[in-house]
Amino acid sequence: MLNPEQIAQDAAAAFAATDDPDALEQIKARYLGKSGRITELLKGMAALSSEEKKTTGAAINRAKTAIEAALERRREALREQALAARLAGESLDVSLPGRGEPRGGLHPVTRTQERVEALFRSIGFEVADGPEIEGDFQNFAALNMPKDHPARSMHDTFYLLDENGRVAEDILLRTHTSPIQVRYMQAHVARHARLGTMPEIRIIAPGRVYRVDSDATHSPVFHQVEGLWIGEQVSFADLKGVVAEFLRRFFESDDLQVRFRPSFFPFTEPSAEIDVAFMSGVLEGRWLEIAGCGMVHPNVLRHVGIDPEKYLGFAFGMGLDRLTMLRYGVNDLRLFFDGDLRFLRQFV
Amino acid sequence: MKFSESWLRSFVDPAVKGGDLSHLLTMAGLEVEEEESVAPAFDGVVVAEVLAVARHPDADRLKVCRVDTGDGQGPRQIVCGAPNAAAGLKVPCALPGARLPGGVAIEAAKVRGVESAGMLCSARELGISDDASGLLALPAAAPVGQDIRDYLDLDDRLLTLKLTPNRADCLSLTGIAREVSALTGTPASYPTAAASPVSTEACRRIVLDAPEACPLYCGRVIAGVDAKAPTPDWMKRRLERSGIRSISALVDITNYVMLECGQPLHAFDNRKLDGAIHARLARAGEKIVLLNEQTLELADDVLLIADERRPVALAGIMGGKDSGIGLETTEMFLESAFFAPKALAGRARRYDFASDASHRFERGVDFGACRQALERASHLILEICGGQAGPLCAAQATLPARAPIRLRLARVDKVLGIALGAPRIAELFTRLGLVFTRDGDDFIVTPPSYRFDIEIEEDLIEEIARLHGYDEIPAPPPKARLLMPPQTETARPLWRVRQILADRGFQEVVNFAFVEEAWEADFNANNAPIRLANPIASQMSVMRSTLVGGLVANVATNLKRKQNPIRVFETGRCFFRDPAGLPVKGFHQPWKLAALAYGGALPEQWGAPSRAVDFYDIKGELELLLAPFAARFEKTAHPALHPGRGARVLVDGREIGFIGELHPRWAQKYELPLAPALFELDLEALKKARLPRYAEVSRLPAAFRDLAVVVDQKLELQAILDGLAKNRPSIVQDIRLFDIYTGKGIGQGEKSLAFRIVMQDTQRTLQDTEVDAAVQQLVEYLRQAFAARLRV
Repeated sequence: MLNPEQIAQDAAAAFAATDDPDALEQIKARYLGKSGRITELLKGMAALSSEEKKTTGAAINRAKTAIEAALERRREALREQALAARLAGESLDVSLPGRGEPRGGLHPVTRTQERVEALFRSIGFEVADGPEIEGDFQNFAALNMPKDHPARSMHDTFYLLDENGRVAEDILLRTHTSPIQVRYMQAHVARHARLGTMPEIRIIAPGRVYRVDSDATHSPVFHQVEGLWIGEQVSFADLKGVVAEFLRRFFESDDLQVRFRPSFFPFTEPSAEIDVAFMSGVLEGRWLEIAGCGMVHPNVLRHVGIDPEKYLGFAFGMGLDRLTMLRYGVNDLRLFFDGDLRFLRQFV
Repeated sequence: MKFSESWLRSFVDPAVKGGDLSHLLTMAGLEVEEEESVAPAFDGVVVAEVLAVARHPDADRLKVCRVDTGDGQGPRQIVCGAPNAAAGLKVPCALPGARLPGGVAIEAAKVRGVESAGMLCSARELGISDDASGLLALPAAAPVGQDIRDYLDLDDRLLTLKLTPNRADCLSLTGIAREVSALTGTPASYPTAAASPVSTEACRRIVLDAPEACPLYCGRVIAGVDAKAPTPDWMKRRLERSGIRSISALVDITNYVMLECGQPLHAFDNRKLDGAIHARLARAGEKIVLLNEQTLELADDVLLIADERRPVALAGIMGGKDSGIGLETTEMFLESAFFAPKALAGRARRYDFASDASHRFERGVDFGACRQALERASHLILEICGGQAGPLCAAQATLPARAPIRLRLARVDKVLGIALGAPRIAELFTRLGLVFTRDGDDFIVTPPSYRFDIEIEEDLIEEIARLHGYDEIPAPPPKARLLMPPQTETARPLWRVRQILADRGFQEVVNFAFVEEAWEADFNANNAPIRLANPIASQMSVMRSTLVGGLVANVATNLKRKQNPIRVFETGRCFFRDPAGLPVKGFHQPWKLAALAYGGALPEQWGAPSRAVDFYDIKGELELLLAPFAARFEKTAHPALHPGRGARVLVDGREIGFIGELHPRWAQKYELPLAPALFELDLEALKKARLPRYAEVSRLPAAFRDLAVVVDQKLELQAILDGLAKNRPSIVQDIRLFDIYTGKGIGQGEKSLAFRIVMQDTQRTLQDTEVDAAVQQLVEYLRQAFAARLRV
């Protein structure tokens, strides 16, 4: 009679010798199946004495358990092997580009506009908007520029034809974003007419503006942003504080030099031109005109129904295109309006 | 306003020099736009006289000159090649040791074997002008030996001021000097002229027919003038350095006095005038031929100077051709007048020209200096051109009033945000020459005649701030009450809309709002567009009513740059005539958003098949943009779109835009090989958002059934979905199309639609029988309503 231990060892060796899961199950049958070796052994027990049955039975059971354990180990090993083989076959070139499409992007001037809006929102400014075909009153007269005012010559204005082909009276394409402040103030006054007091006005108004001007540094369409703060205690010092702070935050440059120098706009007084100078980069040390500003002229406040004795405040206007050019180093204004994807994609 | 610094310094000579002077002016509101030197740096060049010229023994083109350089050492020998070298000529001579512009060093040397102790110079060699045709010939009176820089005032600098329209008082050397004096505290002195001796009785009567427009008119006859007399070099130089070309002595003198004191003058040929001088308004249709040969037909609000017969000048703008002076003039009538800014404003521009005179009068000329300017010019004319002056004849009506202005100390502090105090303000006013009295804390200021920009308290505050220095005003962070602005959750900000498109691969562009007329006709069937009165080019002549044209053009230009695929979008206003339009009457100016995709549905890539973008791609983008709102799409014939592939977009029953493939006709016309897919929407519709509201989620399992039916090929899905929505059993939660099939097994002109039907009850689990019954009900409905049959 064969030694159960020997059988178990043979079985383990046989299991180990195969890599095929099906073959493994056949080998298993050779040992544990109906006519397998272990079964044979158990059948042979009938001839043994009860004493022998006890010891031999125990040995056979040990062998059987050992074989089952070896089988399970081998099964597991083969499963692992199979998985490893499958995984090896499924390996990808992870360096191939992903499927789909690239992101688009915002226009650089829009990007600037959103930055400007966010900065001013953070100190409680609202964003206002207004029409681009404007009335002469809002664009000029209400801003203290009556007809034939010499300052109008600085605004080369586009006019429209009426349905009969005649120049439409008192209608134009706005030359600046300032008419938005006129409309906003009028509406604000109307909204609070019944209250004894009027809440502060704090707005910025970005938008497209139009002037008859087209060369390397001028586009007939460009962008401005207008700011306005009207209250009972708003001073020229506040104007300097707000705009200088804005410029430093916009350009993320604490050492940006900002200077205010006297200038003239019919709708502000005192008026200032704002220059900045960077302390590094290609434009280092050069004063660059960036904005116009001033205390809102009392006539403008009167035009919209605000008492200039009680309320005062400041307004400023700057070119969004210019801010964008300085911020991103763009050297040609015309690129903004050319729709060239090779240029625009740089701002994604 | 361009002027010579040395001319300015003859009025006021502060210690501040060079760039610091420019900075001072700039920071006072007189922006120095440009500063340039008259000549580059050089030294060792003196005035010399050529005594004799001989031929060079060994070179045909060279001459050997004996030159006196005034050094007391006798004539020196200099070899020179200039064609105009001649005995008696005075020229600049660079002595040995001199350094010329560009670092050229001059040494004594042999030129072709002949000793040459220096170099005679052309204007170009000294960097004064581009003239290299010969030696710079100096006037015969030039003192030999004097440094040429001193003699020609070459250390002078030219400053150009970019003056704001309010500072007409600085359109003269006198005005600038006044400002420099106020800024630096250096006293200034101004040229004066005593009344000219009257040596002829000739005079003209002056009539002020429009006394508001011309309240002061002075004139004088000067007889026996020599119009051909040369303009003195000093005057010529100052004029040229101010950018004014020398013409003739009489003209030069009027220009000189205008620059000096700001008063434009006009000189008539007295013999061409007839009778009294009138300052009157034009009669409508009256004509005048101007000095510049232009013939104008005048409106009745134009101020004229006329004699008894005809207009002789557009007052304050330009003289008439047939009354002006020329080289033959011997008797002149010199005008110095004050024309009110309002009477001249915009008139020159209306006729599309500008003159130095109109520029000044429109902004305001010092009426207090009108007579003085006439005397100054008379004096110069008598000195330079000779002649006999007649009496100063003048007519005067009411001059502009200079009303006293009250300045409140507290108001200054409030506007500027700093406390300056009365003594400082008094000091600043004194320096500015503003006469004031005190009334308690207030100042009562009377502005001078030359300041047209000081009328109200704010004007004075600006003067105070300007002279005190804007730099001296602090810039603290402002104080304000903190208020939380509303954040409306049901409104979607524009940036969010833009960002979604950008994230979906669209690039934002900004196109002009005025476009080619054909675009309006092609893309919006708009044959009566809003036209510009003064477009800069024909392809920018009408206002757009759709953004499509711009996007189509963007595709065309980018195709030329080999870009593909192209996805672009724009947000912007469009413009329509609309009698009910607001806020600008007659115009509707809505914001629109348009997006366009062209070329591949995806960029060429290894992992996805390439195919052209189509209607359903762009529709997917639109649906994504509108979510959570669902739009309906109804086929429409839009002029921009393929008639079978275009739809109007509706949300909640309201039309918000259109979507489709570009009409093949336009694709061909605008040179696009493929058809772009695009949409345009009212931006307002995209600015809505939905406030989410919780609804209970059923815990019971849903039942799913798929249903395929065969219907007529032309039947639109929307009709079926609408019908099903109205006729569905209550347990049907959702019906969704998941497949469309045509071809084998489906009849010609038919299509098979496969729907997934989701059924659920919130209260109980559904039984198979009721699910089957529900599906059967749907099938029956489809059969009756659409002649649909189950696909088997």
